[in-house]
Amino acid sequence: MKYMLLMQASERIDAPPIHTWDPDDVKAHIQFMQEFDKILVDNGEFVDAQGLAGPNEAKVVRALGTGAPEVTDGPFPESKEFLAGYWVIDVDSLDRAIEVASAVSKAPGPRGVPLGLPIEVRQVMSAPLSDA
Amino acid sequence: MTVAIEDLLREEAPQVLGALLRRHDDFAAAEDAVQEALIAAASQWPAEGVPDYPRGWLIQVANRRMLDHLRSEQARRRREERSPVEEHPPVPDQDDTLVLLFMCCHPALKPAAAIALTLRAVGGLTTAEIAGAFLIPEATMAQRITRAKLKIKESGVPFRLPAERDERLAAVLHVLYLIFNEGYTSSAGPDLQRRDLSTEAIRLTRALHGSSSDPEVAGLLALMLLIDARRDARTGPSGELIPLTEQDRGRWDQPQITEGVALITATLPRGPVGPYQVQAAINAVHDEAPSADDTDWPQLLALYGVLRGMTDNPMVALNHAVAFAMVHGPAAGLDLLTTLAADKRIANHHRLHAVRAHLLEMAGEGVAAAEAYRIAASHTASVPEQRYLTLKAAQALR
Repeated sequence: MKYMLLMQASERIDAPPIHTWDPDDVKAHIQFMQEFDKILVDNGEFVDAQGLAGPNEAKVVRALGTGAPEVTDGPFPESKEFLAGYWVIDVDSLDRAIEVASAVSKAPGPRGVPLGLPIEVRQVMSAPLSDA
Repeated sequence: MTVAIEDLLREEAPQVLGALLRRHDDFAAAEDAVQEALIAAASQWPAEGVPDYPRGWLIQVANRRMLDHLRSEQARRRREERSPVEEHPPVPDQDDTLVLLFMCCHPALKPAAAIALTLRAVGGLTTAEIAGAFLIPEATMAQRITRAKLKIKESGVPFRLPAERDERLAAVLHVLYLIFNEGYTSSAGPDLQRRDLSTEAIRLTRALHGSSSDPEVAGLLALMLLIDARRDARTGPSGELIPLTEQDRGRWDQPQITEGVALITATLPRGPVGPYQVQAAINAVHDEAPSADDTDWPQLLALYGVLRGMTDNPMVALNHAVAFAMVHGPAAGLDLLTTLAADKRIANHHRLHAVRAHLLEMAGEGVAAAEAYRIAASHTASVPEQRYLTLKAAQALR
């Protein structure tokens, strides 16, 4: 079963913004994320992972079929929570997906303290059809 | 590489691996050696022609690679007590498909790992082909296969039919059925590669049927043939789902239905009857009905009753409820569903909601049916199914 793990950047995280951390803590965080991907590949569970550019770079496009499409900055530039990146994993069960999510949630923050990142776990629509 | 050579190599792959494993017990090394021999054949045969005795050629090449590997291992470990490597190649004199399948469907492996290993070691597919079929990166699939081989090695079960033969045969049949479903249940179009998985599952089950007289093997083969016969009719031009009752039966594969029906008809009286045979019989009833209205529902109800006695699977109970409703009316079916919904395993399954929706629709309860279809759509993880259920919800309100 494939699951998408959505990593929310959120003010619910009890840590200052990453650019204010001690450089060694930043390095440790990046290294953790790289090793995490490698573990998923080694386990035969990795499908895809991407980080997304910041929401201040985002555009929202709406087209109604008449006239030029409407392009605005957004989604919500002042938003407190936004999608920072995702993983797609292929695992045996929802339990395993939750285990993987909890592992990445523990990514280290300042002084190596786990950040407790909120990770949303969603099943990818790839399940087989049930035959009647 | 021509299709003929490709087919030949796929057919020979498990035989070559089996022959090697009768002599050496390092599964991972033997599998690697066979892959190398297959690659050598694929590059040489198209230009130089297929050798008179392809299997002997492959075994010889694979065995040479295996010996090279073992020698370098020995040199590396410098183990004096290890017996010298044998020079003469193993004799290809028996069908090893069954034994090899038993190895790949090892109890230490999770289904996803057993499937990958079976497709590669028994099916002779490349890692890239398997990765493509399961829509995951090749590196991930390579790692899955490597880990599976390692697990078999660590578990230390030697290459022979395990004592718990029947139990392991059940695992083998389950893995083959999962492979079949992976291919069959994917929609048409860009997923053509996945559809090949059904063909592969049928090929492997046919090979297994050739070396095992177990009636459940015949039952599974018949079941696959009878389901697969409807494959072209179950999706529309843009991959949309067409349920059995609305399918164009003229597009069903009649020769395959004839074969499946003959197989299950010959197998059932032999006994003992198992769940695959009963499911094959159920599909035979559907496939033999000239139209949806001509479906022999009393017969299906009886068969689902038999199947219910064999398994605790709530999906079987759900299908039994459908048959019950078709014989005794939608109200009676809805009563059964209320009982079934108490089962936590199925209470929130989209199929339960979809069946309830269908029965409500039959009973003329359009609004309630639309709501049930909507709930069903929100619980499925299949795109074509979600679209179908959403459309049904909209139609139920008309």
